[in-house]
Amino acid sequence: MTPATLFGLCAAALIGVGLYGLIVNPHPLRKIVSFNVIGSGVFLMFGTIARRAAAAGLGGDPVPQALLITGIVVAFSATALAVALVLRLFETTGSLSLAADADDP
Amino acid sequence: MITPVDIGIAILLLGLAVWTAFARAAFAAVAGFIAYGLLLALVWVRLNAHDVALTEAAIGGGLTGALLISAAARMRRIEQATNTERTGLPVRLLAIAASAGVALALSVCVLVLPDPAPSLAHPTVLNQEATGVGNPVTAVLLAFRAIDTLLEAIVLLIALIGVWSLAPERAWGGRPGPRQVADPNGKLAWLARVLAPIGLVAGFYVFWVGADFPGGKFQGATIIASMWLLAQMAGLAEVPPIGRTWLRVGLVAGPLIFIAIGLAGTVTAGAFLAYPVPFAKPLIIAIEMALLPTLVLVLGLLLAGTPAQELSK
Repeated sequence: MTPATLFGLCAAALIGVGLYGLIVNPHPLRKIVSFNVIGSGVFLMFGTIARRAAAAGLGGDPVPQALLITGIVVAFSATALAVALVLRLFETTGSLSLAADADDP
Repeated sequence: MITPVDIGIAILLLGLAVWTAFARAAFAAVAGFIAYGLLLALVWVRLNAHDVALTEAAIGGGLTGALLISAAARMRRIEQATNTERTGLPVRLLAIAASAGVALALSVCVLVLPDPAPSLAHPTVLNQEATGVGNPVTAVLLAFRAIDTLLEAIVLLIALIGVWSLAPERAWGGRPGPRQVADPNGKLAWLARVLAPIGLVAGFYVFWVGADFPGGKFQGATIIASMWLLAQMAGLAEVPPIGRTWLRVGLVAGPLIFIAIGLAGTVTAGAFLAYPVPFAKPLIIAIEMALLPTLVLVLGLLLAGTPAQELSK
């Protein structure tokens, strides 16, 4: 087994753990954290594919690596928007509940 | 070959991911996530993706972590009240089954990946000389897949518009985030005075070497933006009100210059975002120079958050 395969399997497990956290934790901020864990697992899996495609004297395929940089930045901007939404929900309702029948203000 | 270090990193990484899912408090989960981001940067180094490692450490771990931890701190006091809301056992069991199923399916996919793997490394290296850039990842980001980078800069702007649009009516045009109260003679102010100049030099260095070595505008902009945030937290600088004209101009200048250079390519090189070969390197540097201030502003303002302070008269 190569390091790429090891981290590929690790990425699969990370996606699983993130998915569990996303479903089970009711706190919206923790859902965002878990969603980021899923995202990083997807990135890592893509990264192992880049590593396996090493050729031409490079340590990895530069095209997926460049896409990963783009992906990480886009994930950050989505997280910033999600956090702003949660903070606004908290300021407006004073609650962190996402339940449909949350206490009416 | 797999070294014991690889196995250790993989186990720690998984352990931290489990921690973010099971920790009792949101604040603790976020703290675990920051450590997870930094550890993930080490994995990227092990996978020979040094540019990605820098981005992960700066943005994935650093900026995302700062964003989440400040939000967690603001919500901490009412968390106890919501802790009563728990997910039932059937949902938990279903979640375990779903996540185990997804993880298993993906593991099988990893094990049956084609060998030899398809690769674009050869075409990149063959054509890289025409761009005049020494770092193949930078060549992909700014020449071969420049459209991705352009759209990414625009996505950041759209996210910022989304964050701003959550402002209550009275705060529109005002300063983002809660007012920072800091002792101008305190330890944090001292740290900001000492660290910010070093950080600025480091940020510009990472930006500049990106052409030939791991680094680039995103990583450099993140370092510079974090120095700006440090100065804000120490009370040495204030976030500008979002209505300022210079701020709006700075936010759109980078993408607009990028688009202008791309449009010029339709005339001089026959395609949108194509560069005439002798001028490829200067044009790439011009785009990076134009994007850097915009990225610093966008990243800093995304962290500062929604305008919440009323416009002072």
